[in-house]
Amino acid sequence: MTAFADPQHPSACPACDAVPLAEQVAGAALKDARLMLALPGIHCAACISGVERTLEAQPGVRAARVNLTLRRASVEAGPEVEAEALCAALTQAGYEAHELDPGILAATEVDARGRALLMRLAVAVFAMMNVMLLSVAVWSGADGVTRDMMHWISAAIAIPAVLFCGQPFYSSALSALRGRRLNMDVPISLAIALAIGTSLYETMLSGEHAYFDAAIALCAFLLAGRYLDHRTRANARSAAQELAALEVPRALRLTGGTTETVAAADLRPGDLVRVLPGGRIPVDGQVTDGHTELDRSIMTGETLPAAAAPGDAVHAGEANLTGPITVEVRAAGRNTELARIGDLVAVAEAGRSNYTSLADAAAKLYAPGVHIVSALAAIGWFLYTMDLRVALNIAAAVLIITCPCALGLAVPAVTTAASARLFRKGLLIKNGTALERLAEVDTAVFDKTGTLTDGAAEPLDLNALSLTEAQVAFALAQGSSHPLAKALAGGLQAAGTSPAPLTDIREIAGFGVEAQWGDTPVRLGRAGWLEAEPAAETATYLRIGREPVRPIRFADQLRDGAKDLVRTLSDRGVRVLMLSGDVAPAVEAFGARVGIDECVAEARPDAKAAMIEALALDGAKVLMVGDGMNDTAALAAAHVSISPASALEAARAASDMVLTGRSLAAVADAMDTAQTARGRIKENFTIATAYNLLAVPLAVAGLCSPLIAALAMSTSSLTVSLNALRLR
Amino acid sequence: MDILGILIPVSLLMGGAGLVAFWWMLRKGQFDDPEGDAHRILRDDYDDQPK
Repeated sequence: MTAFADPQHPSACPACDAVPLAEQVAGAALKDARLMLALPGIHCAACISGVERTLEAQPGVRAARVNLTLRRASVEAGPEVEAEALCAALTQAGYEAHELDPGILAATEVDARGRALLMRLAVAVFAMMNVMLLSVAVWSGADGVTRDMMHWISAAIAIPAVLFCGQPFYSSALSALRGRRLNMDVPISLAIALAIGTSLYETMLSGEHAYFDAAIALCAFLLAGRYLDHRTRANARSAAQELAALEVPRALRLTGGTTETVAAADLRPGDLVRVLPGGRIPVDGQVTDGHTELDRSIMTGETLPAAAAPGDAVHAGEANLTGPITVEVRAAGRNTELARIGDLVAVAEAGRSNYTSLADAAAKLYAPGVHIVSALAAIGWFLYTMDLRVALNIAAAVLIITCPCALGLAVPAVTTAASARLFRKGLLIKNGTALERLAEVDTAVFDKTGTLTDGAAEPLDLNALSLTEAQVAFALAQGSSHPLAKALAGGLQAAGTSPAPLTDIREIAGFGVEAQWGDTPVRLGRAGWLEAEPAAETATYLRIGREPVRPIRFADQLRDGAKDLVRTLSDRGVRVLMLSGDVAPAVEAFGARVGIDECVAEARPDAKAAMIEALALDGAKVLMVGDGMNDTAALAAAHVSISPASALEAARAASDMVLTGRSLAAVADAMDTAQTARGRIKENFTIATAYNLLAVPLAVAGLCSPLIAALAMSTSSLTVSLNALRLR
Repeated sequence: MDILGILIPVSLLMGGAGLVAFWWMLRKGQFDDPEGDAHRILRDDYDDQPK
């Protein structure tokens, strides 16, 4: 696995330098025939076929399939194909793409639990339909042998169906009992078991009442609630897992005069690693050779690329933009700062699951209540009639009547309706309790770069440039792949400028571009390189011959709806803050533009999370909106969090909601919907309780026939679902 | 009432056929990417070679 590349004598052209190394990286993928890419930006039919066509046009790719629901593509390719080349091709075609580690994602790729629940639901509904059909005959007056036959057929369908469909409830109830706790599933399992047991006994004795239909209907309604709940939860795959999948899996290690490709996790402190332009740095360490510019926005939120020269510290996850560098490893694998942030996210997520939702609160009251009522009814009837059969029948009826069909549907039905409504407005809800938490928010914290801004820089005062300056700047900017140069070239092209005829265009990695314009040397790049005073804001500098240096300033583009959102939130009395990793002047200037007074600049990732926790300690319910790796810990620590679709997969995984549209306006809508939804959930609980208050006395009095049980169960579940649908 | 002897098995068989069809679709991954499938159906280039 060793190839020969000579790092001691890099050629002037980074591409030539990259070729042998690139071939070598491909060698490391020899075993991976299946690649996974994250596509955070795709959203429509054109994206699907665009991505698939781009991927399939790449040499060596046999098949590519996009999964729009998961925003991923899986690629079947020959061993020579490497994911980075595919990502580059997609980026060129206009689709943002990241490599994912297929091994780590294998567990979440097929939603086995969701499929199992859906299958159980299908069986339960099938069985319920058939048993109900047979029960209608009994309710409408069949008696004698006909009734017994109907009961026996019902039993034959219901018993295996209930055994299969109820497994999620039984196992959850068992584990709760083992831990000496009570949960919703304990009364559910007991009700099913008791209903089936007494009904079978009644059927054997040619009794009048059998509750097979009620037992299976109970299963079906509850499974429907469970499945809706699972659907909203399945989208919330663990943020820590996604972070791990995003980590750079391979590195080029220099040993003696040769380079070899190794897994990043195998690197040891003191090793030398080569990082090519366009690659991500795999370790924390120090630059020992080469000049370049780094995109640190993933770690710090800074928009401006930072220069890196020998002696500078670099971190895993940062992208190398312009020149090849050699890095001495300080920390690798689990010890890097990137991994540490991942751990923070996992810890914060675990903390948030302690949130007591309305449903949990209801269950806490409900489970003991039901057991007490049915036990009392059974004891009372046993003392009154001294007949165990009657007492058990009554207890079963009480358990069935009180069983939380409506309660089980009350929350998932509302959450699903609200999710559908918000999805149409451009917001994806990933966490079941996110809406409840959003309804309580009184403080909103925004990240700057990529959240309130569009992530793109916009060149200012292009009109101030003279025609020749504009033409020279355009030609120079075309010679670089630096983000500012690209933005400048784009801006000038839109203004209708034509490039000046330049010769000898050379990009000096880490500094800028220089060329000859006739006999005049011209340069575009960093202030220090042009011996100019650096300006306070983001800027690039142009010098033509001996003329004075001309700065070209850039401003962050404001995201759609950002200003309106800040104003709406302030009007409602929500405290609005901005936390950014960017430098103070840029943050303050931007805060003034968007209308936020409280701004915190130069915040490191852990500082952001700490600040959110400090706010929470003061009793604030914090909404965090952010998009970068530096925000993930803060997103996970906040009471509720939102990230834009352009955010890193890890940031999206760490947040409760994802904005699919470009505009921030949907956030205000989400808060309205959250408050309505919270109201609906409470209404649903009231409705469910009202049905119980009506039906329980009937059941305790022994007047509850299977027909009344079926009616009460179906109407309460229907009312609750219809009430939830009003939200659409 | 003899008709019940035919109708009950028929209704069970028909429901069962639906259940088996659903099980087959679930196994084949028809519900893995509902969002993508909703968009794919609108594409002309899948008409000849659906995938």
